[in-house]
Amino acid sequence: MKETTIPVKTQSKQVPDTRDSSKTLRPPVDIFESPEGLTVIADLPGVHKEDVQIQVENDILTIKAVAKSQLTIDPTYREFELYPYFRQFQLSDKTDQEKIKAEMKNGVLIIHLPKKESAKPKQISVTVS
Amino acid sequence: MRRWWDPIQELEQLKREMDEIFRAFSEDVFDIPSFRFSFLPGVSARTYPLVNIAEDKDNVYVEALAPGIAPESLEVSVLNNTVRIAGEKPAVKDVKPEAFHRSERGAGKFIRTISLPVEVDADKVKAEYKNGILLLTLPKAESAKPKQIAISVN
Repeated sequence: MKETTIPVKTQSKQVPDTRDSSKTLRPPVDIFESPEGLTVIADLPGVHKEDVQIQVENDILTIKAVAKSQLTIDPTYREFELYPYFRQFQLSDKTDQEKIKAEMKNGVLIIHLPKKESAKPKQISVTVS
Repeated sequence: MRRWWDPIQELEQLKREMDEIFRAFSEDVFDIPSFRFSFLPGVSARTYPLVNIAEDKDNVYVEALAPGIAPESLEVSVLNNTVRIAGEKPAVKDVKPEAFHRSERGAGKFIRTISLPVEVDADKVKAEYKNGILLLTLPKAESAKPKQIAISVN
């Protein structure tokens, strides 16, 4: 008699990785809104432009960055340590994910999250007859 | 060698000891990543910018964590063995307070004076601001460098 194994169908859940196992820093952010969209500003000192990763998956914005010290020797007096940065935000469905833009300057990351056209406020002119 | 009881020096010593106690305490208790909001300036009067100091044979290196500083506002001055770092982190402009969802980054002017373990040559100090980190390279003064003394054997 031949032995057969029936493969069990397992459904992999589409849950994005919202945790990171390694030690990370949570960068402080400013988030403010304008009629055009949201702006996220994050302090990421020690991060070069190429070492920033910004992902959007399942409406979750992930900021990952690796900071590098400029010192080549170990400090004798230490007040801070640089670890990778990691922080995530839930995006609303009003965000136009195709048009997200980011820029990096002097260790500060600026992300522009524009709103969808349908979510923007519309001015309706009222004519008085 | 102390000739008199010097109250100023006693106070200075006490302050240093207190600082040391609090530093040890905060390292134990707040050694959790989410507590490391340490480079947040301006919100309260805390030490800013944070620095790491390293030393080799010829130089002292000071690395200061200061993201988003207007580079033209940075001022570094050196006197004997003290370094003074001053500058300004500009606030986000033209945004109404009610438009903010989160406001965690501080802003404002800062000054910090750091005492170095040795005297440095003020004329040859180099300062470089890159990716939000200020790196100072301070060559040691000739008088502070170790001297090799030749021993003649008769």
